Amino acid sequence: MIMQKGDDERSAVEDFLYHEAAILDDWDLDAWLDLMCDDAIYLVPPNEAPESDPEDTLFIIADDIHRIRSRVKRLKSPDAHAEYPPSRTRRLITNIRILKSSERELTVTSNFSVHRFRRGGKGGVYIGRYVHRLQRVASGFRIAERRVILDAEELGALGAVSFIL
Amino acid sequence: MVTNPYIVDDPAQNDFRLNRETLVDPEILKLEKKRVFNTCWIYAGHDSEVSSPGDFVTRTVAGRPVIMTRDSKSGMRLFLNTCRHRGAQVCRERSGNTKRFYCFYHGWSYDNDGALVAVPGDDAYPDSFDRSELGLMQVPRFEQYKGFWFVCFDRSAPSLDTYLSGAKEYIDLVVDQSQSQEMEIVTGVQEYDVEANWKLLVENSFDDYHLHSTHSTWLEYMKDAGVNVKIPKGKGLLLPKRGVGKNLGNGHAAIDSQNFRGRPVAAWISIYGEKAKSLVEAAKRELIERLGEERAERVANTNRNLFVFPNLMINDGSSVTVRTFWPAEVDRMEVTAWALGPVEESPEMRKVRLDAFLTFYGPGGFATPDDVEALMQVQRGIAETVNEVPWSVMTRGIAKNGEQLNSDELHLRTFWRRWNELMTGNMLSAAE
Repeated sequence: MIMQKGDDERSAVEDFLYHEAAILDDWDLDAWLDLMCDDAIYLVPPNEAPESDPEDTLFIIADDIHRIRSRVKRLKSPDAHAEYPPSRTRRLITNIRILKSSERELTVTSNFSVHRFRRGGKGGVYIGRYVHRLQRVASGFRIAERRVILDAEELGALGAVSFIL
Repeated sequence: MVTNPYIVDDPAQNDFRLNRETLVDPEILKLEKKRVFNTCWIYAGHDSEVSSPGDFVTRTVAGRPVIMTRDSKSGMRLFLNTCRHRGAQVCRERSGNTKRFYCFYHGWSYDNDGALVAVPGDDAYPDSFDRSELGLMQVPRFEQYKGFWFVCFDRSAPSLDTYLSGAKEYIDLVVDQSQSQEMEIVTGVQEYDVEANWKLLVENSFDDYHLHSTHSTWLEYMKDAGVNVKIPKGKGLLLPKRGVGKNLGNGHAAIDSQNFRGRPVAAWISIYGEKAKSLVEAAKRELIERLGEERAERVANTNRNLFVFPNLMINDGSSVTVRTFWPAEVDRMEVTAWALGPVEESPEMRKVRLDAFLTFYGPGGFATPDDVEALMQVQRGIAETVNEVPWSVMTRGIAKNGEQLNSDELHLRTFWRRWNELMTGNMLSAAE
């Protein structure tokens, strides 16, 4: 089999996204923070307006790096009641495509289904797609922007996005 | 069948208890739909959501599918979203602009004044068939106060203005934030379910007693950001600043406290960033010029959670949120929440407002998910234990004469007393 440059790059991106999924499913949130650029943003747009801008639209989550760190701090506390005990999650990531690639960064989209389980039954399946903007660094990639677009018309029975989706 | 009373209300004996059956019995929900939701004014939407002729939104209000629209003469209309022929919904989009509502089932169509304008093959109908009587059905009553539109399905109900009673003062305080006296709903609706009885969210939405235990991670976040969240000394004080609970008449109530958490209009905190400081200060100066020192201070530096009976909350704190909810089942409600801001707000301040909203509110906020969890835990705790544990205790502050704190439970009792009156037809003599 002949490997193209594009295949190499996609393998590297796939490995990175699978690694991110694994540490989130393991609740290794400090390791997840280590994947972030110093000015990273984490966005979950509203179901009704997935392509909008958090500056003029009410999002579900629109964290700059400071709030990402605060979110992790909160989630590590037993007083984050919605996530105590922490949900069990399992992420399946497929259909990975590199949309843009430059010397400095890449834009990557992937489809996800995130299965959430809680004692007593209240879980759910979050379906949608990720759009990652990744910066190239010596060790591989760092996340500059992580946009999580839900397919559902409304959050509805899922209730909340209380863990890192 | 509920044998005990819904509530035991005996302030003379310092007793107020709530029968937990009211939160778990499906028969009570059926009765609520009739006696509460079909007799009260129910929030339907805001002026700003349909600003031009032909604009519409569809949603469920008081359980009914409705179309809220601006007709050809810019009048606000609320139609039931059902074809007069055989019943299908005539509009399926979330929002848009149209001159026609079209039923795809048999092809009947209506203009945005509601008139039936096209009936395919209408020569098969008898002479008595009268199009003018078959327009889209409007709701019996549809009135607004300062841009907030409410529907009432009881033709004989008092006007919205009368109904709102003391709640108007608190809506005024929200609207006074805008120089033009016009507020708008920001794009980005939050729609999520809570697996709990709807009345638990009434309680939770203005229950300041739970702040410390349920939201300690949020308080920690505020503290880390440099906001003073220390509890002052004083009997019964549980919150960083003093606040009171108030009965506003007709079941409406509010908690009203000195601000500590920052307000886009107009009390700066460090979380907003240095750049926003001058903008928040300018907003404060504008308030002072327009409203005078005292009123400006009231608008800018108090946080108010307003409950409009039976299912509307307007929380004016770190940001303004409008939240309504509907009992899909006795143990599941559907919540809809929006952010509200002054129409003339600058892009910079709008960003601050939305950012401030998300630190606390919404399904991804640092507080709301824990509320959702708490209510679900209540529902699970009580659902099958009502025989053994029939009552909840709601007596905080009941022994006091005069002012009640926001961490007391006067405002919760206010809701339950009105609910009980409507459900039983017995007006309570007990006053507090």
